[in-house]
Amino acid sequence: MTDSKYFTTTKKGEIFELKAELNSDKKEKKKEAVKKVIASMTVGKDVSALFPDVVNCMQTDNLELKKLVYLYLMNYAKSQPDMAIMAVNTFVKDCEDPNPLIRALAVRTMGCIRVDKITEYLCEPLRKCLKDEDPYVRKTAAVCVAKLHDINAQLVEDQGFLDTLKDLISDSNPMVVANAVAALSEIAESHPSSNLLDLNPQSINKLLTALNECTEWGQIFILDCLANYMPKDDREAQSICERVTPRLSHANSAVVLSAVKVLMKFMEMLSKDLDYYGTLLKKLAPPLVTLLSAEPELQYVALRNINLIVQKRPEILKHEMKVFFVKYNDPIYVKLEKLDIMIRLASQANIAQVLAELKEYATEVDVDFVRKAVRAIGRCAIKVEQSAERCVSTLLDLIQTKVNYVVQEAIVVIKDIFRKYPNKYESVIATLCENLDSLDEPEARAAMIWIVGEYAERIDNADELLESFLEGFHDESTQVQLQLLTAIVKLFLKKPTETQELVQQVLSLATQDSDNPDLRDRGYIYWRLLSTDPVAAKEVVLAEKPLISEETDLIEPTLLDELICYIGTLASVYHKPPNAFVEGGRGVVHKSLPPRTASSESTESPETAPAGAPSGDQPDVIPAQGDLLGDLLNLDLGPPVSGPPLASSSVQMGAVDLLGGGLDSLMGDEPEGIGDTNFGAPPAAVTTAAAPARLGAPISSGLSDLFELTSGVGTLSGSYVAPKAVWLPAMKAKGLEISGTFTRQVGSISMDLQLTNKALQVMTDFAIQFNRNSFGLAPAAPLQVHAPLSPNQTVELSLPLNTVGSVMKMEPLNNLQVAVKNNIDVFYFSTLYPLHVLFVEDGKMDRQMFLATWKDIPNENEAQFQIRDCPLNTETASNKLQSSNIFTVAKRNVEGQDMLYQSLKLTNGIWVLAELRIQPGNPNFTLSLKCRAPEVSQHVYQAYETILKN
Amino acid sequence: MIHSLFLINCSGDIFLEKHWKSVVSQSVCDYFFEAQEKAADVENVPPVISTPHHYLISIYRDKLFFVSVIQTEVPPLFVIEFLHRVADTFQDYFGECSEAAIKDNVVIVYELLEEMLDNGFPLATESNILKELIKPPTILRSVVNSITGSSNVGDTLPTGQLSNIPWRRAGVKYTNNEAYFDVVEEIDAIIDKSGSTVFAEIQGVIDACIKLSGMPDLSLSFMNPRLLDDVSFHPCIRFKRWESERVLSFIPPDGNFRLISYRVSSQNLVAIPVYVKHSISFKENSSCGRFDVTIGPKQNMGKTIEGITVTVHMPKVVLNMNLTPTQGSYTFDPVTKVLVWDVGKIAPQKLPSLKGLVNLQSGAPKPEENPSLNIQFKIQQLAISGLKVNRLDMYGEKYKPFKGVKYVTKAGKFQVRT
Repeated sequence: MTDSKYFTTTKKGEIFELKAELNSDKKEKKKEAVKKVIASMTVGKDVSALFPDVVNCMQTDNLELKKLVYLYLMNYAKSQPDMAIMAVNTFVKDCEDPNPLIRALAVRTMGCIRVDKITEYLCEPLRKCLKDEDPYVRKTAAVCVAKLHDINAQLVEDQGFLDTLKDLISDSNPMVVANAVAALSEIAESHPSSNLLDLNPQSINKLLTALNECTEWGQIFILDCLANYMPKDDREAQSICERVTPRLSHANSAVVLSAVKVLMKFMEMLSKDLDYYGTLLKKLAPPLVTLLSAEPELQYVALRNINLIVQKRPEILKHEMKVFFVKYNDPIYVKLEKLDIMIRLASQANIAQVLAELKEYATEVDVDFVRKAVRAIGRCAIKVEQSAERCVSTLLDLIQTKVNYVVQEAIVVIKDIFRKYPNKYESVIATLCENLDSLDEPEARAAMIWIVGEYAERIDNADELLESFLEGFHDESTQVQLQLLTAIVKLFLKKPTETQELVQQVLSLATQDSDNPDLRDRGYIYWRLLSTDPVAAKEVVLAEKPLISEETDLIEPTLLDELICYIGTLASVYHKPPNAFVEGGRGVVHKSLPPRTASSESTESPETAPAGAPSGDQPDVIPAQGDLLGDLLNLDLGPPVSGPPLASSSVQMGAVDLLGGGLDSLMGDEPEGIGDTNFGAPPAAVTTAAAPARLGAPISSGLSDLFELTSGVGTLSGSYVAPKAVWLPAMKAKGLEISGTFTRQVGSISMDLQLTNKALQVMTDFAIQFNRNSFGLAPAAPLQVHAPLSPNQTVELSLPLNTVGSVMKMEPLNNLQVAVKNNIDVFYFSTLYPLHVLFVEDGKMDRQMFLATWKDIPNENEAQFQIRDCPLNTETASNKLQSSNIFTVAKRNVEGQDMLYQSLKLTNGIWVLAELRIQPGNPNFTLSLKCRAPEVSQHVYQAYETILKN
Repeated sequence: MIHSLFLINCSGDIFLEKHWKSVVSQSVCDYFFEAQEKAADVENVPPVISTPHHYLISIYRDKLFFVSVIQTEVPPLFVIEFLHRVADTFQDYFGECSEAAIKDNVVIVYELLEEMLDNGFPLATESNILKELIKPPTILRSVVNSITGSSNVGDTLPTGQLSNIPWRRAGVKYTNNEAYFDVVEEIDAIIDKSGSTVFAEIQGVIDACIKLSGMPDLSLSFMNPRLLDDVSFHPCIRFKRWESERVLSFIPPDGNFRLISYRVSSQNLVAIPVYVKHSISFKENSSCGRFDVTIGPKQNMGKTIEGITVTVHMPKVVLNMNLTPTQGSYTFDPVTKVLVWDVGKIAPQKLPSLKGLVNLQSGAPKPEENPSLNIQFKIQQLAISGLKVNRLDMYGEKYKPFKGVKYVTKAGKFQVRT
């Protein structure tokens, strides 16, 4: 007698037969029929046609039958709203039933019927149930409020259910408290600004009491809620920690991890000298280790969180290295995570053990795992200097195995080792060169080429080696091409006599035969450098390289602090803040760690998050650039090799990474070269702006200026409009390519976009959103794409913008981060807008005012710039500028030079005063800018350049 | 919170779906299948998968995938724990957690899922409470039900759910009052080529089977409680008592439950009861290799080691194995390349060994990696950590219960590298 009989189908119409049975007089037959209906429902068969017949069975004393009918109702009420009304009466009656089980069941089921019309009838019974004498009914009703809120938020607020729910936090029964907290948390998620969970010391006390007595699930809700509280001083933080610590011994791992979150967060407020601080650190280790003995899925989530914890507080697990040793039958996702943590914990004390393990892993079967293990050996060498020698010899041993992927991986990491310890291990180069032919992966080839180029003077046949790569130049990936170009230039600078031909060959390959703008641009830069000033070229290309940092793959500190607040959540699994992936971004609140309080008088540690910012409302803290960048780049930058003093170079690498699709640190070998040198006039051949370089990374380097300035020809009428540049390449956005530009016409700014569908499926449901930015740019209308965009179709449209959005200072100032959504996914990119679109029409100051203001602004706010190669006369320059809303207030001739005094105003009311000095016959202008907000000067200068040269 | 649940069998059929909020289309599982295809092995499917609109969190238990769909930021551990709890409940109710059992009891399954979760919030997950709400199927009851027309659904309010001790129901009555404890310890260890211990720890649990009438209040004390410094407790245990006196004091749930689980990791405390001598070699440029494994007792505290099984995942190029065991029997599956040697007991006079030839695919290169040996064993009447129960006292009830403690040590993830 099993239920499988319900799955057997009869030949005749099944629905028809069930209908007959449901209408049978016999109770038993009815129940059997309902069971059959439910069975069909569970496997996804559509039995909604039976709705009226099933609802007819609802009025019964038989609890099981009632439950079954309720189950059915929940599934199908939505599709039959009119019929569902028939059920209302029974619900209302059941809410008055003497049996609390039935009252609770009724109120629970009513909430699950997601039909608008029914919700009105639900309010009265729900109100009664929230005040029911029986806690079982009250706790069920609490959840029902959350359900109702999901269907009709306004109704819930109007009916005052939220206040009732808040009152339930002080209920005498812990389960009711827990459910009220859970319901409020869920509602709060859709109302990030509301103060639903307004926690104060009294309510915290109630929660802590309930914490001890409620079920494990309730404990999770309460702990997660506690984590959002901001204790007023370290004493309060400590007392909460003391009461939360026993949760670390709970059998439910989710409770443990939520408790860890609360402790990690509040620990931030405790002084490190406190005895209690040390005790707490010791208490945190065992539960974390215990999580690793659970099922693999739990282990995985635990490991992702431990990865964050060891970065924040490495002292907690520093003695527990061995629990992260990999067992051969661990699932691969656990193995990879364990490996990552092992490297983070590697130190001089345990490096011998770690290396022995890694060597063991390098002979395993799973290719991904082996690769990562080999890479890990290299990371150990970089991290623990004493072990470098042993790591290198281990790597050489591995190269001897001749297993193809092991060799390639080893070469990639040896390149990093060379960068970290220059002039130490070059003796191994010969061994590496032996394996040249077996390298077939771009990354390994690029690494090998870098090594050859870097040590060209010590490798006798360096030119032959590089030449051999040159043969198939066009078949190589961009990464290898770029590297080959640089390596040959290096070689040329080191051995100029023998290699002239080679360098010419590669430069012409790169500049004339390649379609890749990056390669071409780099080729031109080298070409120009070499032809104008070989000494400077030497200085640039062979410059001293910054050492790579010890710790790689570290999460950027502000992001780490934010993620610590999200321990145990999805954000912690993805190592991204929730706003990076939570659907629609609704309910996303930035969280920050609490500051160390003043009462402890301790010195602020540098990693402490910025003060203020009580969680619960949007903090005023401006997220560091790297944080946002991290979102945009998914933090998947390969091994970022960033020297601590070179913040900008790591950013630049990020950009390159996006371009090259995995081109890693190789670009980092000439950050000065490209980043800091000002290359006079760019070669005229570079006409297409390599705009993808702007994607995601605010580049402040000369390189991007170069692109910015050379972008095509604009129209001369009205404000200058740059040609459209690709902002979001199709490969980054599942086939959607976006290019665009900014325009200003008669006082209104707009973003002209061109959307191209390069995917195979139709795209619909477009929407656009901007991140907060320096000037409050925001879309003034929704993105209107009228018809679905079919494959290979392009649509052009203009999105009007206004400047009333919320403001947050960006770096660089004119950076705009954009999210575009379509039916496939949400995509992020960022772009730089030319500042002149923000110059308003009434930007002309009168003379007196100009004079007074010029004097008023202190001299240190003055900035001077050179505008080179601008063959315009004073008149045309002035006219050109005027059409972009830069107004000439006065003109003077001093010693044969024309002095133009000009003013302009930005949309946010900032005035900029300018003095433009033009010497007839000299194409170089001098521009002096004065402004109360000097950080805009640089961008105003760029605007000047752009306008004057186009 | 948890939106929906799909149960999927190994061949990729979705055989049950349950939605706690609005209905999510089955097609969301396509993302799961995609990930499954990418993973070489079913065990390697990542537990958290993101799709454009949902997140899929899954567990793999008893050859079934439990895939849950969530839409908002939810602690993944919470979801995974819950899914395991669902699987445990099925096991508890139907004796096994299999597709057949679930299909046979589909209505009960549906009722259970409805009771366990409300709008994504866990409602009743304690087996005691569930059993009061929905009675587990028994042959007798299904016969009775079909005659009398009564049902599996209880019509009283589960009393435990409201009291301060939600894990115990009121009015429990037994004619024989008994309390049994099983101390089970598993040794997780990695032994390297030379026989030295790379890593070893003991994962212990104390499982209880309590059949006592009324509301008994128990305290369990140990001879050497200091061993236990990393413990997870059942919610019934009074944490304060443990902190101050190192005594487990609790009002037990009725029936079977896990009282505590603990971990002993200090290296010198972990005795390794067996040793393995091995020599596995493959000859260069020939299609054969040698296999020789001997197993013997080490620190076994004078107890017999039994139930020994050695499992080896041989390299892919191995075609067949021609071995002779001195004891027990062996099987080699040429498809999965898994060698299982069922040894049985170790007799101290003659150590069991397995020797012979390995046939390799001709022409294939010599395998790089050497296989690891996975060892299973069991020692009765011994807790390898040395943990001993001192006494069990009962308060609050007048009768004299029958008490018993059993110890057993097993191999957990016990691996020998070669």
